[in-house]
Amino acid sequence: MPRAFTPKVVTANHLLEGDVIYLTAQDGWTRDLAQAEVLTDEADAQLRLLFAEQQPTTVVGAYLADVTPGTTGPEPAHFREDFRRKGPSNYAHGKQEAERHV
Amino acid sequence: MYNYTEFDKSFLAERNAQFRAQVERRIAGALTEDEFKPLRLMNGLYLQLHAYMLRVAIPYGTLNSAQMRQLALLAEKWDKGYGHFTTRQNIQYNWPKLRDVPDMLDALAEVGLHAIQTSGNTIRNVTADHFAGAAADEIADPRPYAELIRQWSTDHPEFQFLGRKFKIAVTGASEDRAVIKAHDIGLQLVRQNEQTGFRVLVGGGLGRTPMIGKVVRDFLPEADLLPYLEAILSVYNLLGRRDNKYKARIKITVHENGIETIRALTEERFARIRPSFSGVDQDLLPGIAAQFATPSFKSADTAGFTAAYAADPVFQSWVDTNTAPHKAEDYAIVSISLKAHGATPGDATAQQMRVMADLAHRYAHDELRISHEQNVILPHVHTSDLAAIHAALRDHGLATANIGLISDIIACPGMDYCALATARSIPIAQEIATRFEELQIEHDIGQLKIKISGCINACGHHHVGHIGILGLDRAGVENYQITLGGDATETASIGERAGPGFSADEIIPAIERLVYAYLDLRENPEETFLQAYRRLGLDPFKSALYPAAAVAAE
Repeated sequence: MPRAFTPKVVTANHLLEGDVIYLTAQDGWTRDLAQAEVLTDEADAQLRLLFAEQQPTTVVGAYLADVTPGTTGPEPAHFREDFRRKGPSNYAHGKQEAERHV
Repeated sequence: MYNYTEFDKSFLAERNAQFRAQVERRIAGALTEDEFKPLRLMNGLYLQLHAYMLRVAIPYGTLNSAQMRQLALLAEKWDKGYGHFTTRQNIQYNWPKLRDVPDMLDALAEVGLHAIQTSGNTIRNVTADHFAGAAADEIADPRPYAELIRQWSTDHPEFQFLGRKFKIAVTGASEDRAVIKAHDIGLQLVRQNEQTGFRVLVGGGLGRTPMIGKVVRDFLPEADLLPYLEAILSVYNLLGRRDNKYKARIKITVHENGIETIRALTEERFARIRPSFSGVDQDLLPGIAAQFATPSFKSADTAGFTAAYAADPVFQSWVDTNTAPHKAEDYAIVSISLKAHGATPGDATAQQMRVMADLAHRYAHDELRISHEQNVILPHVHTSDLAAIHAALRDHGLATANIGLISDIIACPGMDYCALATARSIPIAQEIATRFEELQIEHDIGQLKIKISGCINACGHHHVGHIGILGLDRAGVENYQITLGGDATETASIGERAGPGFSADEIIPAIERLVYAYLDLRENPEETFLQAYRRLGLDPFKSALYPAAAVAAE
């Protein structure tokens, strides 16, 4: 039996700002993981990653990150992605400071 | 202090203009990220977890007050009001925007600073003893040689694409404060038959495969420094492995080929290239050395200092802990701790940078140093000025009396910032410092160096910590491995792994058990943790770390 596909989001860093962004279902980018498109099919995920990689003047280093579907949107499956979602733990900088949209 | 020549200034201006154009081409889409990445890295610009990071070189850790003020300006104008001083005597800005970086580099150039070769597979910023030119145990100031190496290595065409990065450290003292044995090349100034020269070590390094450097030349005459370095680099460039990134550092080349082979190849290469060095470097050296001349020290009445020392226990504790012997009478070397309990190791706000710059300008012959231990040094302070300095530092959260103590922790940025990290370092350092402050025992514990890295690359020097902590990702959970008995000095050693790692919740109690075990085990209060460890070995400390396992084994 094929292994179940772990849901994913496409994430990257913004070229100019350098901060963490996520691909939305509307082909845009958001800084809020909860707004990200959750990909539940492997082929679809690869296509969405290709779509992201075709935007080199907007994003850097796009990749697929594992998520767990939650009641308020996707939740990070790994602590590294949790830090990327929030910002550092020693100062309230990064996404903890403000919610913005591209 | 070395002052940039017209050549240095025009070189930097041209380099910055090139990078500005490269950034513009990247933003316009004319350069892909694959094309741009090596260019930005050669100019110190990384992309980290949350943002870009600009790493600025502080050559051999030396700054004047104008440079420190400019670092403060960058922090305030283009970052979030602070900077992070690193174990390589650099400063890192964690939040720059891509469009702003060329302006930041231009601002740095105004005061003779840059970010060149703070990344990439080149010869990195040369580091030096942070007490250079001031230490009582020094035979000569190593910084003129470090500056000579900077000039030789910057944009050296043969060494821009080495197999891996290459780090050189230099000291002029017998006590090694520059960790020269954990560098690709370590240089120690020595005297032999009335002649100044270098003891040359090669193949040290930390990271995935920690190694202590080996002596490749016992005595290298001063005039042979650059050709000999070039010979070592050439041998490494040809012989070093390029098939595996993790085996590409010179420590592996030395380990796999043996120091005798490396020595023989280096000497052979040296003999061949030595005649091509016409002596231009030696002509330049006296001019460079003159710029590092010892300041003219003053004489002043020290009665005020003596009275303050006797009357104020807080001042007394700070003097005892944070000052070191100076070569001049009635002078001291002041270490300003960037390790206030609970603060991020190595971080300074723009305001704190300005305070330190002002103190350097007013009291310390306009000099500051950055130590690899992530503190700031005022190298030349008359004891009559210590009380005023302490008072100013205290007003700005900079008077923590903990240099060399358990809360004076080296910690890399870890997963709070670094894209390579496997776990966080900073919160662990903060919690250890806070816990031992609560216990009020750190002065009783005495000299104890804790060093924390958030991944196997060991930027936090955990292998050479008396207690080393390595943060790892174990099945998606942060886990901390402890090594014991490491030493970064002239008696360098690599710490021994104590056993299974601890969770983030368990690591602070584990360190506490370890420290209490040391307090029970030491012969007397003068026996340091490292001395006790060397006398007793791993077992009693392991029993303290893993009490359940110790009971089960009985």
